Amino acid sequence: MPNFTRPKSLVDVPNHYCPGCTHGIIHRIIAEVIDEMGIDGQTIGVCPVGCSVLAYNYFSCDMIQASHGRSPAVATGVKRAKPDRFVFTYQGDGDLAAIGTAEIIHAAARGENITAIFVNNTTYGMTGGQMAPTTLPGQKTQTTPFGRNTAVEGFPIRVCELMSQLDGVALAERVAVIDPKTIMGAKKAIRKAFEIQKNKQGFSIVEILSNCPTNWGMTPLESLERIKTEMMPYYPLGVYKEGSIR
Amino acid sequence: MERSLMKGNEALAEAAIRAGCKCYFGYPITPQNEIGAYMSNTLPKLGGVFVQAESEIGAINMIYGCAATGTRCMTSSSSPGMSLKTEGISYLVGADLPCVIVNIQRGGPGLGSIQPSQADYWQTTRALGHGDMRMPVFAPYSVQEMVDMTSKAFDIAEEFRTPVMVLADGLLGQMMEPVSFPDSGTTGSSSPTWATDGHDNKRKKNIVNSLFLEPIELENVIKERFDRYEKIKEKHCEAAYENTEDADIIIAAYGSTARITQTAAEMARAEGIKVGTFRPITVYPFPEKQLQAACKNAKKVLVVEMSMGQMVDDVKLALDCKIPVEFYGRSGGFVPGPQEVLEKIRGMM
Ligand SMILES: Cc1ncc(C[n+]2csc(CCOP(=O)(O)OP(=O)(O)O)c2C)c(N)n1
Ligand code: SF4
Repeated sequence: MPNFTRPKSLVDVPNHYCPGCTHGIIHRIIAEVIDEMGIDGQTIGVCPVGCSVLAYNYFSCDMIQASHGRSPAVATGVKRAKPDRFVFTYQGDGDLAAIGTAEIIHAAARGENITAIFVNNTTYGMTGGQMAPTTLPGQKTQTTPFGRNTAVEGFPIRVCELMSQLDGVALAERVAVIDPKTIMGAKKAIRKAFEIQKNKQGFSIVEILSNCPTNWGMTPLESLERIKTEMMPYYPLGVYKEGSIR
Repeated sequence: MERSLMKGNEALAEAAIRAGCKCYFGYPITPQNEIGAYMSNTLPKLGGVFVQAESEIGAINMIYGCAATGTRCMTSSSSPGMSLKTEGISYLVGADLPCVIVNIQRGGPGLGSIQPSQADYWQTTRALGHGDMRMPVFAPYSVQEMVDMTSKAFDIAEEFRTPVMVLADGLLGQMMEPVSFPDSGTTGSSSPTWATDGHDNKRKKNIVNSLFLEPIELENVIKERFDRYEKIKEKHCEAAYENTEDADIIIAAYGSTARITQTAAEMARAEGIKVGTFRPITVYPFPEKQLQAACKNAKKVLVVEMSMGQMVDDVKLALDCKIPVEFYGRSGGFVPGPQEVLEKIRGMM
């Protein structure tokens, strides 16, 4: 049996994520892709505000901490200055689909050669579980205590579907990380995104259906089950757009 | 030295390029659009980068990313756009990233007007972002100074790892004057040791960050930064003053207003009123010592601004209320005329 060891591109420090949170898995598969491509020294990661704000301590590549929602603009600045480097953002749903909507849409529309890793956990994890733009109809959060009422709070945003409409996008794919099979699929999608970047084929986004056991008030296992039974029907997995923009 | 006739905004853009600015990110707003136009036409031909961002927020965050790689970069805007940039500026300060930010001021608040104004003085010198922070601000008063100070701004930004502001107004931006450009400026170090530009497994990883959860850590970082502000104060605090030795009245004004007060002072002298002029060139750090020296024999000080009175606060602070300070200003996009200022001077006698 092969050894299960830490990817080289993850720093050997304890992380601060809650027990059972899938942020850890997502970090791991990104690091594995970076290892496999041998690009640790050529990669710059941008982590905005959210539960993953401290990700700059976890990845071994150069890291930039950015303000809430703006990492696609920050990544644009990095990539335009250093077009041969790999640049990725690591964003939550509040970050990417609420406060940072303009930045992500325009980075995608410009066809920036960057990769957005989009962690959709249907809530604002860091600030204590408020409604996110991806919160499902009926879902209870700190600010929708009676469940999201679409008549009042409107509807969730399906980011990959939205992204697929933009000509600058070379990859928009939705994956999950709830079991070995989906985790392998997620890793494959991230690898694809980085290859697209390498070949300068355009903007890539990988949306990862993720959990937040803490703010969902569930055990880790229950939370993974919820991804399958409640999130996947609303946010179907799959490739929404693929192909070089150039 | 080449000499040419140029608009302030265009001269500033050319000066930035000669100072080694490789990337420009901006969003259109009057009265500074000539800067973006010039950059979009010139930078790409030189292998540089021009991006018209989705907003001023986008632009300042592109600057954040670009500056993090150790690349010389600049953004420009005008008053309403500066308000949008403030969060990003605070992050730039918090992460010690060098860059040059230009504000060609217009009237406010709100959408205000597109006429010249100096109403962003408070914002620029006190409130360019949240948190315990300052940043050096140059206030040119001629097209030539727009060139010279833009060039200097890049060097100071890099030496002290801070954003530096060039604060002008619509009048200077739109005005044409003969200027000379330095043949070639300094172009900065290509890859500073702190840059997040990919470590190539040759150095330890770098992190660009403004988050410090431990109070003692954050306090130390801020104190170190304020020590740098002190050094900037010692080395780069600038002012110009004239005819102050025998003057009863000193007129203090910065930027394009200082051109008007110069004329007013000459008119007053012609009438036998002893007037001298004082012009801050850096408005942060404010040239306190120079002002005190210029005012040592003065009986009164008159501050003139294109605002309801903002820099006047710094003048009073610097003079410690030892000399009476009066104010004359126009707002709403009016440029005060020398005659108006002269009337005010006569009234002070
Ligand atoms: C300008 C600004 N507004 C608000 C906040 C507070 N804030 C921090 S994280 C966050 C939400 C993060 O949610 P999400 O992006 O979904 O990431 P998660 O924490 O769930 O991983 C908010 C609102 C902030 N840091 N900056
Ligand atoms: S709050 Fe939620 S998203 Fe954040 S670390 Fe904990 S479980 Fe994960």
